[in-house]
Amino acid sequence: MSGESTYKPSNGFARWMDTRLPIMRLVHDNITDYPTPKNINYWWTFGGILTFCLVTQIVTGIILAMHYTPHVDHAFNSVEHIMRNVNYGWLIRYIHSNGASMFFLAVYIHIFRGMYYGSYKAPREVLWILGVIIYLLMIAAAFLGYMLPWGQMSLWGATVITNLFGAIPVVGDSLAIWLWGGFSVDNPTLNRFFSLHYLLPFLIFGVVILHIWALHVPGNNNPIGISVKSKQDTVPFHPYITVKDAFSLSIFLILFSYFIFFAPNVLGHADNYIPANPLVTPAHIVPEWYMLPFYAILRAVPDKLGGVILMFSAIFILFLLPWLDTSKVRSARYRPLFRQFFALFIIDCLLLGYLGAMPAEGIYVVLARVGTVYYFAHFLIILPMLGIVEKPKEVPASISASVLGGSAQAAE
Amino acid sequence: MTDEQQPVSDEPTRRDFLYLATGAFAAIGAANVVWPLIDQMNPDASVKALASIEIDLSAIDIGQSITVSWRGKPVFIRRRTQDEIAEARSVAFAALPDPQGDETRVTKEEWLVMVGICTHLGCVPLGQSGDFNGWFCPCHGSHYDTSGRIRKGPAPKNLEIPPYEFVGDTRIKIG
Repeated sequence: MSGESTYKPSNGFARWMDTRLPIMRLVHDNITDYPTPKNINYWWTFGGILTFCLVTQIVTGIILAMHYTPHVDHAFNSVEHIMRNVNYGWLIRYIHSNGASMFFLAVYIHIFRGMYYGSYKAPREVLWILGVIIYLLMIAAAFLGYMLPWGQMSLWGATVITNLFGAIPVVGDSLAIWLWGGFSVDNPTLNRFFSLHYLLPFLIFGVVILHIWALHVPGNNNPIGISVKSKQDTVPFHPYITVKDAFSLSIFLILFSYFIFFAPNVLGHADNYIPANPLVTPAHIVPEWYMLPFYAILRAVPDKLGGVILMFSAIFILFLLPWLDTSKVRSARYRPLFRQFFALFIIDCLLLGYLGAMPAEGIYVVLARVGTVYYFAHFLIILPMLGIVEKPKEVPASISASVLGGSAQAAE
Repeated sequence: MTDEQQPVSDEPTRRDFLYLATGAFAAIGAANVVWPLIDQMNPDASVKALASIEIDLSAIDIGQSITVSWRGKPVFIRRRTQDEIAEARSVAFAALPDPQGDETRVTKEEWLVMVGICTHLGCVPLGQSGDFNGWFCPCHGSHYDTSGRIRKGPAPKNLEIPPYEFVGDTRIKIG
């Protein structure tokens, strides 16, 4: 938080350093003694989990790149080489591939937590926007990475997604050729996707630093959504939050390990263990689970360009969320109507995810259209309206008052 | 020069001109430097060099198709039956989302040559299937007729006809 620094150099060297590169002061003010609302719950531990996921992906990714060959003739075999020959290659690759899924699981919980407790509202709009940018970069990184094993799903997933750009009027075709470096997804495409896949995590890392910076200016939101009013409302980040984060991370790692060691391929597609073949399309192309809702939206629209526009809008609309929600009350705890619509919104996202995995025919298309309309209605109609018609419950006077409940009021 | 204040004037000064000229030169210079960095991603000389192929058609019987690879894409070459040709030519334009006569899609009516890439999102359609005896794309359900024209489904256009010419009675050059 942008308050006074509480750092006191403890010895001569620390004092010498503090007047030259005050890095220990930075760590002290932003980690050790960073004041955190004392009522934050376990939903607030996903920021730490996400940082862990990013570091894990970078470390395992750098190692995989030591053994991987980005060439259409060798890519598939080099991945099998990692799985069979490289010492612990199977472990590192399974951590990386399942790590992507875990990363998205954590980010979705993190995003929904922000939505539920109104963490995007003033003064945290920029913090939210930076988060959406991170999410967009994650999608791009995941898509690029999925192409690298050069299996059937890699090739055809990349083909379908790059063809989305071909839907843009006038420049679409040239843009697709420019992205491919040829006339279809081929070796030049694989090469540049590898290069960009290596780049994006570092961009994400940079935006994460901005995200944390933007967090530490107003400080954390909290489950009751009212701002910190005095020192009584906070605890130092260390050891209170570090321990809470570590416990939550341990539980998360149990789930992560379950996938790595007992079901490493359950989140993937068997088709991706067939080498890429540009002359045969798999019968049923589906993206990874974390993209399914957007894929359902794409296919719900009978028009090519319209589908592409709606799919991208479904993500970009998140940028506008701070201004679409007109309610002044942050936390859903005090918004009875919003709570119900929030539950419906989650159900709608899960429904779209399910429909994205189903074939695009019959009842599935009809349901996907209903789900798509509801998705946009939530942002464009329900949220703006709720702020006007909803009567929020009474909000506690302060964080301490809410934590101490009746006794605080009794003392007054 | 004296310490007097400059008179306020709307006239652009020598300094304004220098600012603009410097900025303009820097912008043009930057654009020139950026262009090679962008253009390097376009198809390179070796990719373009593979842009034409010749195919011998003599082994294909009536009702048979082959798929060849051109510029990394599948090209369907089908020797159509009389029924298929008749069917393709009897369709009313009103029934076509992307109206095109069968005559304009073939050089010789027996030989249908087209890029086997669905115009929706780039999958490879399956031959001799779908509701119109032509091609069917399993990805998102587009149906094409015996002339490769889109009839039903999300694809916006007919299957693309590549540039090709007959270089002999039973030999074509694509590209």
